[in-house]
Amino acid sequence: MTGTAPAAGARTARRLPGQPVLLGALGLGVFLLAGELVPRIGLVSPDYLPPTSRIAATGIDLLGSGAFWTAVGDTVHGWFLGLALAVALGTVLGFAIGMLPPLREATSSTIEFLRPIPSVALIPLAVLLFGADLRSVLLLVTYAAFWQVLIQVLYGVRDVDPVATDTARVFGLGRWGRIRYVTWPTALPYLLTGVRLAAAVALILAVTAELVIGAPGLGNEIGVAQTGGAVPTVYALVAATGLLGVAVNGCTRLLERRLLAWHPSVRREVPA
Amino acid sequence: MTGARRFGRHLLAALGLPVALLGLWWVLSADSQSYYLPPLSRILGAFPDVWLTSGRLRSDVLPSVLRLLTGLVLAGLLGVGLGVLVGSSRRLRAFCEPVLEFLRAVPPPVLVPVLILFAGIGNSMKVLVIISGCLWPILLNTIEGVRAVDEVLAETCRCYGIRGPARLWHLVIRSASPQIVTGLRQGLSVGIILMVISEMFAASNGLGFTVIQFQRSFAVTDMWTGILLLGLLGFLLATALRLAERRILGWYFGLRRAQRDGS
Repeated sequence: MTGTAPAAGARTARRLPGQPVLLGALGLGVFLLAGELVPRIGLVSPDYLPPTSRIAATGIDLLGSGAFWTAVGDTVHGWFLGLALAVALGTVLGFAIGMLPPLREATSSTIEFLRPIPSVALIPLAVLLFGADLRSVLLLVTYAAFWQVLIQVLYGVRDVDPVATDTARVFGLGRWGRIRYVTWPTALPYLLTGVRLAAAVALILAVTAELVIGAPGLGNEIGVAQTGGAVPTVYALVAATGLLGVAVNGCTRLLERRLLAWHPSVRREVPA
Repeated sequence: MTGARRFGRHLLAALGLPVALLGLWWVLSADSQSYYLPPLSRILGAFPDVWLTSGRLRSDVLPSVLRLLTGLVLAGLLGVGLGVLVGSSRRLRAFCEPVLEFLRAVPPPVLVPVLILFAGIGNSMKVLVIISGCLWPILLNTIEGVRAVDEVLAETCRCYGIRGPARLWHLVIRSASPQIVTGLRQGLSVGIILMVISEMFAASNGLGFTVIQFQRSFAVTDMWTGILLLGLLGFLLATALRLAERRILGWYFGLRRAQRDGS
């Protein structure tokens, strides 16, 4: 239903392997050049949008500062812990609920109700309960990422081929054997899609919590830089969170490819 | 008779757990002395006073919802337009991919400080923030959808000489619509988050503003009503979108069901 079936990453083999990369690099170059020229020509005031070169220079300065790396560490720490909690909870509950039809029926309305509740609604509560603390970040990140995993696992468990289950039963596999050899491999691609979605959402919520609540991390640094009027620093930090996001996406894709090397959707990607 | 019984069973299954959970909350919090967790009875009792009779529905909830819907509609138009453009050309796709990949990876809330620079702290900033977040899921899903247009249908269109706007409307948008709706659904949940965040930052009205105000003045019961209202709003919007989806994509769900039963 969510349309995020595991085959989403499947791509047809490319005929000219070098060309798309070149075009992509060209696109990136044009983007950066536009960022340099637009403020220089005066289309946008450089006070609002500094030229790319100045942002880059500020970014390089940041790389040398310890405070920046501490902030990156804090953000990654909150993101990872929250994501790990959400994945563990979502997987366990997803399997438990998904494999017991009565439980699935009883919980579906509750899940449908709780899922669209925006996690930021919990910000005031988190502030009151925990203050500007890692626990506030974890509460928000885990709540937001949990649903992505849970829903995907539920779809995955439901997707099990009845013929495969019957076959396993005929071969005398017990309940755990069936979970291990039939349900788990079926649900794994869905679970990993859930992890990929959850990883992105978790990063958004981690940075948001830092920005709004003031918990230490990149989000908080952005808030501080903005209040202090350090515009190039704001942009450099925003770019840093973007790169962090790219890294997160890359890592989850890599994980997917590793764990699903046997799966047709991944195998198809390898050019013949 | 059995139909009524089955309906009753479904109703029980749908309402059983929520009622039980609310009941549990009600009982456990009934004589709660904790400052942060007031009894549910008091929260529900305060709800009408805080939101309905005080005029906040018009002064705070309505502007928030309007901003969200404006942002979502604009992001939808922009996302589908650009998505069709980028999706139909293999070169353009390769050209844009790294930049899109990067822009999508920027967590949208960090753009709030940047957009405050450009657009001040008025309504346009909030709508811009919402657009900047909702755009990516819609855009990327549209690109995927346009890319995956059925070859046979595309050939058929070519044979019959269907081109231009007719081809766009009947083939491309139609084929991509399941993906577009998925993008809209993802965009909606991001949009609500951004609506609240942008109002928490700098605003004089709106849901996010009011809830933060309650929290800062330690009006804990009122704050809880705000959290409930945000939850309710998220649920209502998601339900509305799902109903719209069922209408618009009726043909698609029917097709899928037929394929599944046939295979």
